[in-house]
Amino acid sequence: MTDFLLLAAEEAGHEVHKGTFTEYMWIVPLLPFLSAIVIGFFGKKMKNRGHAVGIAAVAIGFALSLVGFAELAAGNAHVEKAWTWFEFPGGFELEFGMNYDFLAGVMFVVVTFISMLVQIYSTGYMHDDERYTWFYAVLSLFTGSMLFLVIANNLTQMLVGWEGVGVCSYFLIGHYWEEKENSSAAMKAFITTRVGDIGFMFGIFALFVLAGTFNVGEINHLAEEGEIGGTALTVAALLLFCGAVGKSAQFPLHVWLPDAMAGPTPVSALIHAATMVVAGVYLVARMFPLFEHAGAALDVVAIIASITMLMAAVLALVQDDIKRVLAYSTISQLAYMMAALGVGAYTAGVFHLFTHAMFKALLFLGSGSLIHAVHSNNMSDMGGLRKYMPHTFRTFIIGSLALAGIFPLAGFFSKDEIIGGALRAASEGHRATAWIVLVSAVVTAFLTALYMTRACVKTFWGEYRGHGHPHESAGSMVTPLWILAIASVTVGFLGVPVIGPVHDWLHLPGHELHGFDPFYNLILPAGSVLLALSAIFIGWQVFHKGRLKVDVLGGPFAWAYRFVANKYYLDELYIRGIVRPIQYSWAKVAYWINQKVIDGIVNGAGTATLGGARVAYTIDQDVVDFAVNGAAGITGASGGLLKYIQTGNVQRYAAVLFAAVAVFVAAIALT
Amino acid sequence: MDWFDDWGLSLTTFLPLVGAIVLMFVPQAKEAAVKMVGSIFAGLAHIAGIVVAMRFDYGESGRLQQVVNLEWIPTIDVNYHVGVDGMSLPLVVLSVLVSFLCMIYMHFHIPEPGKSKAFFALVLLLETGMTGTFIALDLILFFIFFEVVLVPMYFMIGIWGGPRREYAAVKFFLFTLFGSIFMLLGFLALYFQTGTFDMVELRELGAAGIGSELFQSLVFLGLFLGFAIKVPMWPFHTWLPDAHTEAPTVGSVLLAAILLKMGTYGFIRISLPILPEAAIDYAPIIGVLAVISIIYGSLCCLAQTDLKRLIAFSSVGHMGFVMLGIATLTDAGINGAIFGMVAHGLITGMLFFLAGSIHERYHTREIAALGGILKQIPRFGATFSYAAIASLGLPGLAGFWGEFLALAGSYDPAAGLDETLFRVLMVGGGIGTVLTAGYLLWTIQRVNLGRVPENFADGHGIHDVSKLEWIAWAPLLLLIVAAGIYPKMLLGVTNEAVDVLLGAFGA
Repeated sequence: MTDFLLLAAEEAGHEVHKGTFTEYMWIVPLLPFLSAIVIGFFGKKMKNRGHAVGIAAVAIGFALSLVGFAELAAGNAHVEKAWTWFEFPGGFELEFGMNYDFLAGVMFVVVTFISMLVQIYSTGYMHDDERYTWFYAVLSLFTGSMLFLVIANNLTQMLVGWEGVGVCSYFLIGHYWEEKENSSAAMKAFITTRVGDIGFMFGIFALFVLAGTFNVGEINHLAEEGEIGGTALTVAALLLFCGAVGKSAQFPLHVWLPDAMAGPTPVSALIHAATMVVAGVYLVARMFPLFEHAGAALDVVAIIASITMLMAAVLALVQDDIKRVLAYSTISQLAYMMAALGVGAYTAGVFHLFTHAMFKALLFLGSGSLIHAVHSNNMSDMGGLRKYMPHTFRTFIIGSLALAGIFPLAGFFSKDEIIGGALRAASEGHRATAWIVLVSAVVTAFLTALYMTRACVKTFWGEYRGHGHPHESAGSMVTPLWILAIASVTVGFLGVPVIGPVHDWLHLPGHELHGFDPFYNLILPAGSVLLALSAIFIGWQVFHKGRLKVDVLGGPFAWAYRFVANKYYLDELYIRGIVRPIQYSWAKVAYWINQKVIDGIVNGAGTATLGGARVAYTIDQDVVDFAVNGAAGITGASGGLLKYIQTGNVQRYAAVLFAAVAVFVAAIALT
Repeated sequence: MDWFDDWGLSLTTFLPLVGAIVLMFVPQAKEAAVKMVGSIFAGLAHIAGIVVAMRFDYGESGRLQQVVNLEWIPTIDVNYHVGVDGMSLPLVVLSVLVSFLCMIYMHFHIPEPGKSKAFFALVLLLETGMTGTFIALDLILFFIFFEVVLVPMYFMIGIWGGPRREYAAVKFFLFTLFGSIFMLLGFLALYFQTGTFDMVELRELGAAGIGSELFQSLVFLGLFLGFAIKVPMWPFHTWLPDAHTEAPTVGSVLLAAILLKMGTYGFIRISLPILPEAAIDYAPIIGVLAVISIIYGSLCCLAQTDLKRLIAFSSVGHMGFVMLGIATLTDAGINGAIFGMVAHGLITGMLFFLAGSIHERYHTREIAALGGILKQIPRFGATFSYAAIASLGLPGLAGFWGEFLALAGSYDPAAGLDETLFRVLMVGGGIGTVLTAGYLLWTIQRVNLGRVPENFADGHGIHDVSKLEWIAWAPLLLLIVAAGIYPKMLLGVTNEAVDVLLGAFGA
């Protein structure tokens, strides 16, 4: 099996030789699992309450990830190793294995880097938390599960990591479970994503039946070779995509992510940047060759992504809770990545995942710093904070500009690749849906710059509207901010058009590499920066200067505002249309049927035959008594025996039993 | 140790019975002695069971091993024929393990009205019946063990049970007996047709087909009633919630962990191999009933206000997955079914232990009255969350593989089964897993999370997990994660035996 992988690597022009460290990359996921166990069992007895173990494990993991990636970049073949997890004689084999290539390498760097910074940051942010040790144990487990998912060489193993990520997010979102709304948010996240996961699982079955294997590389290979295909493959790809829709919070399963803000802010940073929501994008990227050859599957990805990015960007514009602004922004940006994959711009999609991780983690940790200072999530309680929190202010602005796609920050390069990719696909007529993606991407780029301007103005400019005296956060929190800010400025250059190494690293064999093109590499980027700048200008005028005041609550567009403010009534629909009816009505009906109908038949049949038994007994006593004194004696004796059990039910059950047995015996005897 | 290969199984099975007899001579007044004798015999049986597992040749797990075949009642060709293969070994080990853990737990949890001597003796008697069911290779022997179980469970519920114990005990007894009669008739019909009660011989005859199609169908129906009631499958399940709710803690644990498996085991040991053609005819019906059980059981769980009753209904749903796996007649499905049986035994057994201990601490099982357990007694609460999350089928824990394989089997059922129907069933089962996650997380939220209710705030009599509780529970907790991470531990034992079984279907 590894043969064709090596072959593919050779075809792609890589010189094939084995790395020293790449073979051992399985250690990276193992480390956080071990640290989770150590922290879980011994953390409370440690001086630092366990965080040192967690940080050390993930820091070593990060170092290894860098070394491993360097080896890949130096031209080493990617590694796949596997053991049999279990097998059945009928040809059902499930492997337990690792698959380390550029895609996994990028993810490893992102996950370990962000997790490390989040854990350092949390030593400050979570310092007074009563479940500090537990928090660190779950963070480690969360990181480990994500890495396990990434390195999996087969889909079932990926599902295991996938669900592990899900349950860790459940614990972390519900970290403050004393309040019911927090534990409800955790439940909502778990159950909503599980709806998608069922699709994922069915997709795995479908692919297994088609391809006879769970192995990712083999399935992709078979799809590329055209050995599996047709409607069945399209359906299988779409089922997998269901899982991605749930995990990556795409329409219509996005509703859990904004509520997931109930968790501590460092957790939000981790979920949004590294360890959870990007899993869906990763899945589609990992199975990209399959999706490409699965008929209309990529078109569905493109359309869902287009809907999602617009819908979420609009919602980000009306939130007061700063974390919710960022949450909707994440949904929108994940859709950007999905859309890139949907138009075939694989490299751009994965690159955006990478850059987005940096500035989104930065923004979340920055918002955490703000919340820590003002003790409120609401921007209406903030304002003027640039004077009080200079570091948070500067880094947050860097993150916002990166997200808005301003040259030369990270978001600029990746976002531009995506818009360029969509335009190429649209103009070259590869996919009809590319036009939809293109228009949505441009509009979303504008909206993104607009809502981030609004958020920045409301938080950092104007007068302070909250209580107490806000102050800059501690060094343990500010340092990660600056590290991420530097990353947000620099990582984009890896993807400088044409010459950036990202194009080499994340290039899929069989796909055209684009050379320098003045339109795609100069005019289009300039246009997109202008677009973002104009959005920032408009935002500044509207939200800071107070021009163009629209009465959103009363005016002619009030209905539209209400529609958006209520999140398009989707939550309502799910809660009132699905959850409550099942939870209360259907459950009660089922239980009523159980008690009244089914059990009613059981008891009723008994009662009826008891009547019959009484008649028989009366006949026995009054009519046959004379003739069969002995029989009456036996009946009496057994009656006495039954009294010991102290119930009349025995007789009636026995009577039913007897009648039924008689019928059955007759039936068998007749055959 | 060669003698052990002949008598190890019988030793494992009958040591508890010997213990029960010995207990009769221990005066009730000496309670410590009563507990000691009970534990020693259950412990010895457990050790014997482990040795059986160690002596088992895993290279040939498809073959019946440690077989003893002696004449017993020659006039009707009944033999004492016992043995284990990969299908039964896990269940034998599970029986002796859970029984022993129950004994440990009973050291400090004798329910009202006391009478520890009788209680210990009944549990020992129960153990003999349960273990015997899984080793019997003669239909009459199987039937006897199968029925022996009823009596101690009846008394456990009837004497040590909750307020509605009499109703529950009688319902349990008669409902199960009702099914057993049909099962017995099926056995007799097989005997009169073939002249043997021997399962091994019948399996060989069955591969060629026993009697007419209608005969097979009727016999299968008889066995089906016996086993389906025991499982229990919808709509024959209504004895279960009552029995579970009223039974004392160890009664519930044994009921859930072992007794229900006797029904599903009957299907794979007797019905399927002996009546393969009828099995193919009945598989769609079984599959449909299984999925109804899954969804209906989950919905009923959502409607429960009593924690123990909720766990009882969850068994209906989980055993539905086991039956769905069996109905697919595939290697994935049936291996998954056996995995599901063991996993359900570990997880639901654990949940009933916890429900019992919650009742003991808080004197209520009303979900609405409880809350904040994780806050008040964190270790206990964490254990509860762990068991509940295992129960919802989280990958990495035992509950996952059974469901995964059962659903995988229904995507691609055996030749001769309607693919469309089984895919619809798979979707139904998938919806069931979402509902399962729903009710379990909701239960965690209401019982475990939130704040401590005011009337429990003083913490009087509410202590965290005790040392003996840890001893009784740790094996279950560890096995749950071990089976989840290393499923081969079980599947490696069962798959060859399942392969042999599927041989009857020409697979």
